[in-house]
Amino acid sequence: MTAIKEIPLNELDPTVQTRFQSGEHYEVFDRLRAEAPVYFHEDTQYGPFWSISNYKDIIEVEANPKVFSSDAAYGGIWIKEQPKDTIRKSFMTADQPEHDVQRKVVNPIVSPTNLHDMEKKVRDIVTLVLDDLPLNEEIDWVERVSVEVTGRVLCELMDFPVDERLDLTTWSDIVNTDVDAGTEISDEYKKLEALAPMIKKFKELFAERTAMPPQTDLISMLAHSQETADMEPQQFVGMLVLLMVGGNDTTRNSISGGVDALNKFPEEYKKLRENPELVDSMVPEIIRWVTPVAHMRRTALADYELKGQTIKKGDKVIMWYCSGNRDDAVIEDPYQFKIDRKNPRQHVSFGFGIHRCLGNRMAEMQLRILWEEILKRGWIIETTGEPERRFSNFVVGIDSLKAIIRPA
Amino acid sequence: MAKITFVEHDGTQHEVEAAAGTNVMQAAVDNSIQGIDGDCGGMCACATCHITVDPAWFAKTGARSENEESMLTFLPEIAETARLGCQIEITDELDGLVVHLPIEQF
Repeated sequence: MTAIKEIPLNELDPTVQTRFQSGEHYEVFDRLRAEAPVYFHEDTQYGPFWSISNYKDIIEVEANPKVFSSDAAYGGIWIKEQPKDTIRKSFMTADQPEHDVQRKVVNPIVSPTNLHDMEKKVRDIVTLVLDDLPLNEEIDWVERVSVEVTGRVLCELMDFPVDERLDLTTWSDIVNTDVDAGTEISDEYKKLEALAPMIKKFKELFAERTAMPPQTDLISMLAHSQETADMEPQQFVGMLVLLMVGGNDTTRNSISGGVDALNKFPEEYKKLRENPELVDSMVPEIIRWVTPVAHMRRTALADYELKGQTIKKGDKVIMWYCSGNRDDAVIEDPYQFKIDRKNPRQHVSFGFGIHRCLGNRMAEMQLRILWEEILKRGWIIETTGEPERRFSNFVVGIDSLKAIIRPA
Repeated sequence: MAKITFVEHDGTQHEVEAAAGTNVMQAAVDNSIQGIDGDCGGMCACATCHITVDPAWFAKTGARSENEESMLTFLPEIAETARLGCQIEITDELDGLVVHLPIEQF
């Protein structure tokens, strides 16, 4: 294989999934930031598109949703064009004014009052999960901790039956399956077919909550809101899928990726054990380090000048968050995992602008409480190998991470 | 230069000096005022510099832009005088400005 530094820029496809598994994608984006931070690739596996790879340029694109559309009608947020009849629309793939109307409905789930109520519930869930773990024995951290914590929290948020929680993980993984990964789910239609049980279940729950008095869970909120109650089934399923995936995969992979990072930077892990209060600044650093969502797509609705380049109306634009989070013009020593950064929240993992992650504080809370509880027990989580990474250029997925818990 | 007073949720006051041409978010960050994050660096793109302008000063701070209006909908409740600090440019006329900080940012 040709070394990345020797490939001519116009032949370098930044979307090659296996490089995201091996970590070589960082070299690709180091080159793009240095040589052409706003670059038009003419030939990739997804056809032509612009790569935006600098931190500040990503924010500029995010801050201009009128020019850079997320609307499903133009291709939404997906780098690969989707067949029109398989698209589930949500506020993530809506422009204004539709976006605000829908987002406002679910916003109360992350209000300070609700977050405060969730704090104790999340701690109970984390305690339950950790108390069940064997010590001095190899376990799969993903399966035993990351999946369990996020799945149970999601059940709480949706008032979803907790004994069926693994369905949420399975469905979320199906949604995020790269159709080119060589699995049975080889196109969007097969994906929809595989998601049939999810659609059935969500429709049932939606009907059940509609018939009940309003509650504080997400499904009830949607069922009883004026804006969303009369939605087409495809639309509310779209909303629920967004909330399910958003509240699942991303935090799960941050939990796993954080353990991996601490093991790769043992001096930081030592610092953490000696100063447990550093959990607060470590959490956003984990989210930067992992960058659970590697990119998002926009479509230009008008010509736009950026760094001397003209992005043409109709062009596909990819904002590479995984690159912005390694931009040394903004982040000092970006390839260093540092749990005590001065501005740890300076990262692009949540996106910016109107589509900024809705659950950002909920995600941080889960990571914080998990680490508070691990440190309280005096445990050292020792990984015993490399994480098994998923074939994807979108979700930075860790499917397995073997570890041993060493008690104090 | 303009003097700006940040009032914390519990009533604690912090007075800072800010140069004309900068903005309220920057003034807070430069003076390590807790409760203003400014994650996006002043692009009206994150709503983590949300403040409430003292009603007496609201008219002088100008009008919310469309984008700002939209970012404010991230908040569970939008006070009548809610603004994003990064969107209030400091001018000499704002000397004496009083703004209130939320319990926490989003």
